[in-house]
Amino acid sequence: MARKTPEINSSSQADIAFLLLCFFLMTTSMDVDYGITRRLPPPVQSEQEDTKVKERNVMNVMVNKSDKLLVNGRPCDISMLKDLAKDFMTPRPKDESAPEVEFKTFGEGVGEIPMSKGVISLQNDRGTSYAMYISVQNELARAFNEMKSELAKKTWGKTLEQLTEEQTKVINEAVPVRVSEAEPVDYKN
Amino acid sequence: MAKFRKEGKKEVPQVSTSSLPDIVYMLIFFFMITTTMRDVELKVKASPLPKASEIQKLEHKALVSSIYIGVPRKANEGNAPRIQLDDQVVKYDERDRSSLDNTIADWIQKERDSRSPADVPLMTTALKVHKDTRMGIVTDVKQALRKVSAFRINYTTLKGSALEN
Repeated sequence: MARKTPEINSSSQADIAFLLLCFFLMTTSMDVDYGITRRLPPPVQSEQEDTKVKERNVMNVMVNKSDKLLVNGRPCDISMLKDLAKDFMTPRPKDESAPEVEFKTFGEGVGEIPMSKGVISLQNDRGTSYAMYISVQNELARAFNEMKSELAKKTWGKTLEQLTEEQTKVINEAVPVRVSEAEPVDYKN
Repeated sequence: MAKFRKEGKKEVPQVSTSSLPDIVYMLIFFFMITTTMRDVELKVKASPLPKASEIQKLEHKALVSSIYIGVPRKANEGNAPRIQLDDQVVKYDERDRSSLDNTIADWIQKERDSRSPADVPLMTTALKVHKDTRMGIVTDVKQALRKVSAFRINYTTLKGSALEN
């Protein structure tokens, strides 16, 4: 004689699930972080290791403690920095005062293109505000990104987002981000 | 036509709620997958972060360790900026950099130990710094990171024009 098992009351299951839902809503966050990714240089072993760079190949960007910008010794506004950097990094083989230029060949249909040997040297004071530092980093990054997208437009007629993985790799090699942060001056070791 | 009319009182049938738990479970799964566990409780004021436009999404959240820099949240702890690593708040003294170096080295080591060795080169340190902080403290943290070969860093920012900072 099989006895019928009584059905389990499941009306409270919804409440339990709601409780769990509330727990996850409270303890998790949905925000995605964005930021400027950079790679720090390895520590300098000795002072002699400083590589000599020709003066015409360097653009000096200095930010002082009151957030004022000096580009190659001249005061400059942050809104002009991107164009100055872009202008400096644009290869001009015939110009003696512009950075040196070497020709390199790349794949994926880029071919032989002139590459500037210029380096942008960034130095900040300990009193510079972080907001200003980020602005300067951002404007320099913007200059390089614009150069990348111009090259992509010229070679493939595409924007940076439309490039294939291979093409992105080539473009990153053809337009390297040549920003070097000066060693903090008051560091002795 | 009377034969179509039912006898007795008309009752509204009860809405079946048996699928309600299933719907809620579906919601739970959605939230479990799209969100991440909120990290530590902030003891320093790191926001507002500065704004920037040339930004990338911070991928692989499991491989990101965050350093927060800002003034303490509690008013009675003064106005000097401090560094928060996980839930530990480090006092910062400009003249005593070696103790900062050691604290950060220990912390980075701890973070590395908690990940698999293959992931260690991909680990990123996110710097979440209040925009009014002076660069001195940030430079010192960066130098400490360089000494322990934690080279990949990310200046976490908000989306916006950098010229508005």
